[in-house]
Amino acid sequence: MSSFLSQEVPLSWYLLLSALLFTLGVVGFLIKRNLITVFMSIELMLNGVNLSFVTFAHQWHAVKGQIFVFFVMMVAAAEAAVGLAIIIAVFRARATLAVDRIDLMKL
Amino acid sequence: MTEIMNGSLHLWLIPVLPLAGFLINGLLGKRLPKFLVTAVALLAPLAAFAVVLIAAASTFFPQGFVRAMQGYDICCPDRAPSWTETFGTWINIGALHIDFAFVLDQLSLVMLLVVTGVGFLIHIYSVGYMKEDPGYARYFAYLNLFLFFMTTLVLAGNALVMFIGWEGVGLASYLLIGFWFSKASAVEAGKKAFIVNRIGDVGFLIGMFLLLANFGTLTFTEIATKLGQDPGWTGGVVTVIALCLLLGATGKSAQLPLYIWLPDAMEGPTPVSALIHAATMVTAGVYMIARTHVLFDHSPFALSTVAIVGAVTALFAATIALVQTDIKRVLAYSTISQLGYMFLGCGVAAYSAAIFHLMTHAFFKALLFLAAGSVIHGLGGEQDMRKMGGLRKKMPVTFWTMTVAVIAISGIPPFAGFFSKDAILYAAFQQGSLGKVLYFVGLITAALTAFYMSRLWYLTFTGETRSPDAHPHESPWSMLGPLVILALLSIGGGWISGAWTGVGNFGAFLGPVLGQTATESGGVPFEIILSVVAVIVAVLGWFVAEWLYGQKSEHPAQLAAALPAPYKLLANKYYVDEFYGATVIKPLMAISTYLLGWFVDKAILGGAAWLLGGIATFSGALLQRWQSGNLRSYAAWLAAGAAAVLLFFVLPWSNVWPASFDFIWKVVGH
Amino acid sequence: MHLIIFFVFAGFCLAGAVNLLLQSHPINSALSLIVVMTSLAVLYLLLGAEFLAAAQVIVYAGAIMVLFTFVVMLLNAGREERTMGSRTWRAVGFPGAAVILGVLATTILRTQGLGTAGMSQGITSTEDLSKVLFTELLLPFEVTSVLILIAILGAVALARHGSGDPHGIDVPNGNRERTAAK
Repeated sequence: MSSFLSQEVPLSWYLLLSALLFTLGVVGFLIKRNLITVFMSIELMLNGVNLSFVTFAHQWHAVKGQIFVFFVMMVAAAEAAVGLAIIIAVFRARATLAVDRIDLMKL
Repeated sequence: MTEIMNGSLHLWLIPVLPLAGFLINGLLGKRLPKFLVTAVALLAPLAAFAVVLIAAASTFFPQGFVRAMQGYDICCPDRAPSWTETFGTWINIGALHIDFAFVLDQLSLVMLLVVTGVGFLIHIYSVGYMKEDPGYARYFAYLNLFLFFMTTLVLAGNALVMFIGWEGVGLASYLLIGFWFSKASAVEAGKKAFIVNRIGDVGFLIGMFLLLANFGTLTFTEIATKLGQDPGWTGGVVTVIALCLLLGATGKSAQLPLYIWLPDAMEGPTPVSALIHAATMVTAGVYMIARTHVLFDHSPFALSTVAIVGAVTALFAATIALVQTDIKRVLAYSTISQLGYMFLGCGVAAYSAAIFHLMTHAFFKALLFLAAGSVIHGLGGEQDMRKMGGLRKKMPVTFWTMTVAVIAISGIPPFAGFFSKDAILYAAFQQGSLGKVLYFVGLITAALTAFYMSRLWYLTFTGETRSPDAHPHESPWSMLGPLVILALLSIGGGWISGAWTGVGNFGAFLGPVLGQTATESGGVPFEIILSVVAVIVAVLGWFVAEWLYGQKSEHPAQLAAALPAPYKLLANKYYVDEFYGATVIKPLMAISTYLLGWFVDKAILGGAAWLLGGIATFSGALLQRWQSGNLRSYAAWLAAGAAAVLLFFVLPWSNVWPASFDFIWKVVGH
Repeated sequence: MHLIIFFVFAGFCLAGAVNLLLQSHPINSALSLIVVMTSLAVLYLLLGAEFLAAAQVIVYAGAIMVLFTFVVMLLNAGREERTMGSRTWRAVGFPGAAVILGVLATTILRTQGLGTAGMSQGITSTEDLSKVLFTELLLPFEVTSVLILIAILGAVALARHGSGDPHGIDVPNGNRERTAAK
């Protein structure tokens, strides 16, 4: 039991998880009808990618992999701020957050 | 054979002066006063004629005209003088070298004298004839344009420059036939003339191409040299070339089967018919055959074809002329018939005789047409001979000049026609058995010629006036002057040969260019017998006409009633036009309308355009739906695109192996 | 130990992600996402990325997701309604997503040479990370901070201009349709 429990986890499982998270983010991006939820799916995709970066950083003992994740987080933060501001502006103009209703470029 | 002498003859002036007349009258004619237009128009051919005379005098007759006519070699004993002037290179590609070359030798001199001389007389005549016509300046502009092209044709030193003139005279003919373009029949006639000419020109073009392919040159003298050097050039290719050129000549000179345009061309003004369709343009075919006679000499088959075509056409046209009622139609068919004589002369290698007949024919045919024009003008536009009559007293000058012309064309000595026609018939008789058959055809045609010309004479001038409403009056002297001059030429034009029979000095003059006429066998007495026979036959024709038309007027009607079928056949011109209409024109129209018009134009081309437009519209509509503004569909396509990119990089069937792909593959350890 | 922790928190990740998709109210989706992020932080720890785990919790789960929640509650976005859209995403998007998953999975599963991760192996200390971050990659670091400054300014500018209310965010009720005055 302990040998089983002290087994090490193959890195491919981490990568699989990352792929799954990414794909779930894509699916959410496709099927969700609320603008904010769509945005959240994008964040999910980013997180999946982050996981794969960290995995590879562990594989190659490369610190730069983790620094890249750090940068991704920063950019995601900036993006979230601006994106949500845009969503608020859109909501002010359209009074709706349904993705299908927001189909004109000109607000 | 080129004679280089000091100085230049300025041969280019001969075509350019009429061209200048054309430009001035054509561009400015409407704004100039009438006398100025007339002056410009008359100056052009007169000046050209003067240049021709000066050129001739300095080249050919430095020792005097009389000595030249006595057969002395003209300027240099051993060589045939001909003067070539080149005005620059036209085509210079590889081995092909064609210049703008004008050649003045004896043959072109004779033609030029006829063209510019008779042309000048007809210009004078036109001043009177077209006086009230609103298109006065345009008319003279076209006439000068015609002179420009005709002189180019005559002076040409190679076939391509001749072709310029060839096509150009066809154009001028079209413009002048359809001069009164508000008349539908005139427009149709002009089109018909041009198109039929073009059909013949195909032959000329193919002949030129074959000449280029086989001889590498189009210059007449070079072709003659090449043919003379190699005795192997007989039959075969030479025959084909000659026949192609013959096709071109039949189109221009209105022989079978392309003569149909000439009768219709009578829609144009009468001086035009006189100049173009009697004296000059239609003789271009004969001139061309004479120029390229070396080719024909090397191909007996082609020569026989030329002779047969000429003889058959002569007889054919003469029969049609028997029953025509329009005075100009009679003259038109007469022209075709006489051109047949010229072709017959060429076909028996008697080129000098043919040119001789060309010259005399120019005189009396132009006279005939101009006199007919005077009659028409005097009667206020009437052209139907059945309505004429009794004009003898009312238009005396016209009457006497026309009489001279009728006698000349019938071949009665000592008028001009006798000498030339007799020369041709005599030469024909000597060419073996075919020649004798053609001789008899020519003889019969001579009888018919005398008959129908006399018929015309009787119907027009004698008897009672059949048109009481008209007030026939004599024409002004601007029209009568040329008539008188041409009458004098018709009387004395034949004496230039200096001999009672044969071509005599005329043939000697043209000898260096055209080769000697076939030597006489049988001697002079035999020739005299033949000519007497011809005269008797002509007089017979005159008697028959006198019996039918000179006394009472029921005989012709009885004759026509007695032979209804032949009469109808002749009156309808053997239904040739209808035949062509059914066999050539109808299928062409059908092809144009259905095959080309409907199938190619509408279905294929229209369909292709429609298809292209349809594709653009369709794909546009399709793509338009892609840009819906719908976020989720955009998202979907994004995902699909990302998947495609991934696939492209991962799957091994991609032809392109980018470096990144290799890197990925290396990273994952394959 | 490593295995158990991995399975547990990987399960949380997936459960949270799936829940994000299944929930109809955005606030539930936001909370599921927070679960995903914190689980990911644990996974980072398992892989030896201490600093990143902390950053994940502080920045992602603590700031970004709070922002999301804040906006959801501000805009009072209700449950999602059924709307009519194009069918494209069903025909094109799902296969696309499936292909992506398939390709990635295939590639991952067929590779060899990937190592394993065990407890307390390959731990990257914060000191190592900062050594590289502030020497080699100083420029990207500074640029990122400028980026964040711009983002702040942009967000303030975007959210500020309203229909005549300069002091705060104007939230219209559903009846009033107005165009944004720019």
